[in-house]
Amino acid sequence: MIAATSETARRIEAHLSRRARWRLSEIAFWLAALAAIVAFPSRAALINEILVAGLFALSLDLILGLAGIVSLGQAAFLGVGAYAAAILASKDYADPTLGLAVGALVAALLGFVTAPLLLRGADLTRLMVTLGVSLLLGELANRNSWLTGGADGLNFSIAPVLGLFPIGFTGQRNAALYSFAVLFVLFAVARRLRQSPFGLALAAIRENRLRAGALGIDTSWRIVAIYTVSAAYAGAAGALLAQTTQIVSLDLFDFHRSADVMLMLIIGGAGYLYGGIIGAAVFIVLRDVISAATPEYWEFWIGLLLVVLVIVGRERFQDLVRRAASVVVPRPARGDAA
Amino acid sequence: MTGPALEARGLQRQFGALLATDNVSFALKPGARQALIGPNGAGKTTLINLLTGVIKPTEGHVLLEGRDVTGLSANERVRLGLSRTFQINQLFPHLSPIESLGLAISERNRSGADFWRVAGTRPAIVAEIEDLITRFGLDADMQKPTRQLPYGKQRLLEIALALATRPRVLLLDEPAAGVPEEERQDILAALAALPSDVAILLIEHDMDLVFTFATRISVLVAGRLLTEGDPETIAQDERVRAVYLGEDGHG
Repeated sequence: MIAATSETARRIEAHLSRRARWRLSEIAFWLAALAAIVAFPSRAALINEILVAGLFALSLDLILGLAGIVSLGQAAFLGVGAYAAAILASKDYADPTLGLAVGALVAALLGFVTAPLLLRGADLTRLMVTLGVSLLLGELANRNSWLTGGADGLNFSIAPVLGLFPIGFTGQRNAALYSFAVLFVLFAVARRLRQSPFGLALAAIRENRLRAGALGIDTSWRIVAIYTVSAAYAGAAGALLAQTTQIVSLDLFDFHRSADVMLMLIIGGAGYLYGGIIGAAVFIVLRDVISAATPEYWEFWIGLLLVVLVIVGRERFQDLVRRAASVVVPRPARGDAA
Repeated sequence: MTGPALEARGLQRQFGALLATDNVSFALKPGARQALIGPNGAGKTTLINLLTGVIKPTEGHVLLEGRDVTGLSANERVRLGLSRTFQINQLFPHLSPIESLGLAISERNRSGADFWRVAGTRPAIVAEIEDLITRFGLDADMQKPTRQLPYGKQRLLEIALALATRPRVLLLDEPAAGVPEEERQDILAALAALPSDVAILLIEHDMDLVFTFATRISVLVAGRLLTEGDPETIAQDERVRAVYLGEDGHG
């Protein structure tokens, strides 16, 4: 093993791997999430919803944040992953880990097959194509009620996680812990991917696809690859959702799922991977709090937040948070959203 | 005797009624220092796009070191050793020069799709980044996002990126375009220092640059190759003076 010899080489190495080490603020983030599950057992269902939505938003961040590919069709993969896990469980293959893997795999397959549709055209084309695919799948699920239960959906029971921890209505805290574990592992994988040469190439494709091609990168294949991974993540989120609620219905394919997850990512900020989780937490907690007060009009406030966020700019919000954080702890927790 | 590094055979490209490239044939010897000149609208950019595979010819062939690459895509041609720079900067605004160069090098090594390795952990790649950074004088700016670099440095990064793909043939599309006078020397020095075994085709408006750099010049007019020869011959050619050099022609 040759060590980097010159000072410049050391600086280059440090610059390239600067995001590899887990920051203190990141560790604190995950510990806080875990602590929330333990500290608020009565809110475990809500926390679980946030974790699952966070994973779903992370799946969108992989294509939108890393590769710059917009999609309004993530619900397709959420739905397919959820139904795959649900159908499996209803046929007595009730092991959650198996269902999770199958859900992710089936969604990945669908992502791989539909990815070529994204290679041509601009953002608007992609929005329409991805939206179209999710509508198509929703209708397919509706038509094939022998498999999906149609409009009635599917009810099923699920075995304990790893054969030890029962999840569901009697074990909502276990469900939240299960979702936490899955989210954390998949997040760590995505984080690693972002720092790899593959992740760097995705950034290049996002920034300038023409030049990326002129460096010899087969940009089409890279987009297919990350879209497939993103689909697998969304499928895993769907499987988690199905398993922890033990019900699936056609609304999983609904347009509002794709739109909501886009909102979450925009609220939290795309490209640094934490945005989806933070956005999911803000979105769901706000919905919970506001809809308790005015059940009909909570979307008004979400809409207002979105408008303010776009007008004021997220950077200023983040600065505000950072300054507030620096009052609490001496060294400000700096995100690497750059 | 070795064959040409890059060869165009009867290249033709039609855009509707416009024949942008009209039966262009030429050859670039290994290690050549050739320039392509021509008035605005002569079809220089179209020709570059045909050679690099950004667009496909209506007729004709492109051969890279004797191999017909006409049917290959732009990125496949890059991997076979045909690289280019752009007249208008095509860089990655939010990536640093280190990241951009590292990317280009690892793509060339076929390690660009590694998804489980933290970037910067291959000493060979780091050493190569360092070499390019030093050679092109980008040390001071190497960690900044590219968009914050002075324009002249961005032009240098254009060339460094193309060189990072280790080309056999390099097409330089107006490398000095828009560079302020005080930074021009850096570009000229960088061009002079390009590896001698790489065949270079320089597309340029700047006649001083063309005549200092090139040992052979091709003249493109209205999509057709008007003439080709050494700088002396071209400078004296009456037709070239008429269509291109005008009254203040270089001589």
